[in-house]
Amino acid sequence: MKRTLILILIGFALALWPLGGYQEGIVILMCINCIAAMGVSILTGFTGIFTLGHAAYMALGAYTTAILTVRYGVHWFPAVIAGGLMAVIIAWLIGIPTLKLTGDYYAIASIGLGEAIRLILENWQSFTRGARGFPGIDPYTTRTMAVVIFIVLAILMFNLLDSRLGRELRASRDDGTAASLMGFNTPRTRMKALVISAFFCGIAGSLLGGYMSFIQPSMFDMMKSTELTAVVVFGGLGSMSGTILGSAAITLIMEYFRDISQYRMLIYGLLLVVIMVFRPEGLLGSHEVWELLRWRRKNNA
Amino acid sequence: MLELSHVNMRFGGVMALSDMSFHIQEGSLTGIIGPNGAGKTTIFNIISGVYTPTEGQVYFQGCDITPLKAYQIIRLGVARTFQNLRLFTRSTVLDNVMTSAQNRYINTYREEYFTGGMSQANRPAPESWYSFIESCLHVGRWAKTERTLRKTSLELLDRVGLADRADQTAGTLPYGMQRRLEIARALALSPKLLLLDEPAAGMNPEEVFELNDLITGIHRDFKLTILVIEHHMDLIMRICPHIICLNFGAKIAEGSSGDIQNNPEVLAAYLGTDEEE
Repeated sequence: MKRTLILILIGFALALWPLGGYQEGIVILMCINCIAAMGVSILTGFTGIFTLGHAAYMALGAYTTAILTVRYGVHWFPAVIAGGLMAVIIAWLIGIPTLKLTGDYYAIASIGLGEAIRLILENWQSFTRGARGFPGIDPYTTRTMAVVIFIVLAILMFNLLDSRLGRELRASRDDGTAASLMGFNTPRTRMKALVISAFFCGIAGSLLGGYMSFIQPSMFDMMKSTELTAVVVFGGLGSMSGTILGSAAITLIMEYFRDISQYRMLIYGLLLVVIMVFRPEGLLGSHEVWELLRWRRKNNA
Repeated sequence: MLELSHVNMRFGGVMALSDMSFHIQEGSLTGIIGPNGAGKTTIFNIISGVYTPTEGQVYFQGCDITPLKAYQIIRLGVARTFQNLRLFTRSTVLDNVMTSAQNRYINTYREEYFTGGMSQANRPAPESWYSFIESCLHVGRWAKTERTLRKTSLELLDRVGLADRADQTAGTLPYGMQRRLEIARALALSPKLLLLDEPAAGMNPEEVFELNDLITGIHRDFKLTILVIEHHMDLIMRICPHIICLNFGAKIAEGSSGDIQNNPEVLAAYLGTDEEE
């Protein structure tokens, strides 16, 4: 309850704080990145399935929404939801054969799947305009809308993790055999995680399309997938607040160095190396912010 | 209650179990003993569905459970612990127990379960269940169910003497406590049959003594059928009225503790005989 209220307050601050056009853009980008990172986090951080292909689900969301709004004149809101659902459907189809794989095998398979989806989008010229990209998307992603969607999804995500499903995911992450011997159908557990994670990434992709008003397949390549997983590791595997903080921090840092953009990836790499050397478990480890604060208070008392 | 009928288990060229048959009475407390590599844990893995036997059948409460997957067998009312601990190490002690407490199932239509009426047969127990939407929004049954789960879990932790450790991370508990936590976690499923795989391994004599009381206590209070694998002879002899002895994947003796102690084949398996050499 307290957590929900704090999130709503953060939402109000992000949405109403007077900012210039440039800063507004950063806030929107931050929200989008956080949504996608939350999606990867529930799969990688909480279920223990490494993925290197999640940008593909963003692409699916982005293209679905773009095509629906531009070609068929659908209102942006149902189109964004449809983007999330499209990612869910494809994830479900992909999950049936691949989620029997566990551990590193899925990571390898996900690279192939991610690239396959991107290549389909790139070569299906008649429908997606291929590598030329898809222009003219109505810029429906405003700051208020991005913040509201981000906060709503964050509230749902935190609630979900603090429920029977959260325990189920963590159990199958910590010990899959033990989880199935506690009555969990573990392939189905992994499917649930993948589908939820695809939904978040799909929504993030849809919002990205509405923010850039132009999308092209190369925006959703392996680089982007790796970045998503790296951010989750950076924030701490098994910490949703760590994921959000990490993602927001990296977005801000990367924007800050925009002037020397040729060195941006250098700084990005350096940042990851420094974190991995000094805090291999990530920013917050596998704990949420409030748990760490509670312990600190207890230790001081 | 539980019956193994001519079970063979082969791993490549190794015969881990050969022609294993025994019958466990409802409400009994049975010990399984045998030297290392005799196939004791393999029996548990077969009963709980980790392995499917190469040949033979396993019956639980009169139904053939051989083709079922592990989670389906667990939902029918079998629970187990592990020889090498398998706790959810990064979760708290309480969360470990709640994780299995949420998996209570009612199998009212046991017949249908075997003819495909899976969802009907394995209905989640209403007091430990709520829907996905309720999870997302924390509305409806969420609060009440979580409270119930927490309460039953804390009671179980109290039973095994870990109530004051509820908020600790499970992986940081001392070894003996982790063993007891495994028992609490298995009990949280409210099983009919409990399989304990070397519950005393790595415990000191005092802890073994406490464990004796714990096992006989839960056997009595939870009206369980218990099957224990153990190396500690004195533990088995003291608490198990009925004992099965294995060697090289075959049953060599079965009977009361007195019978077993005086059985020449059992003595040969443990001490070796001149004939074997």
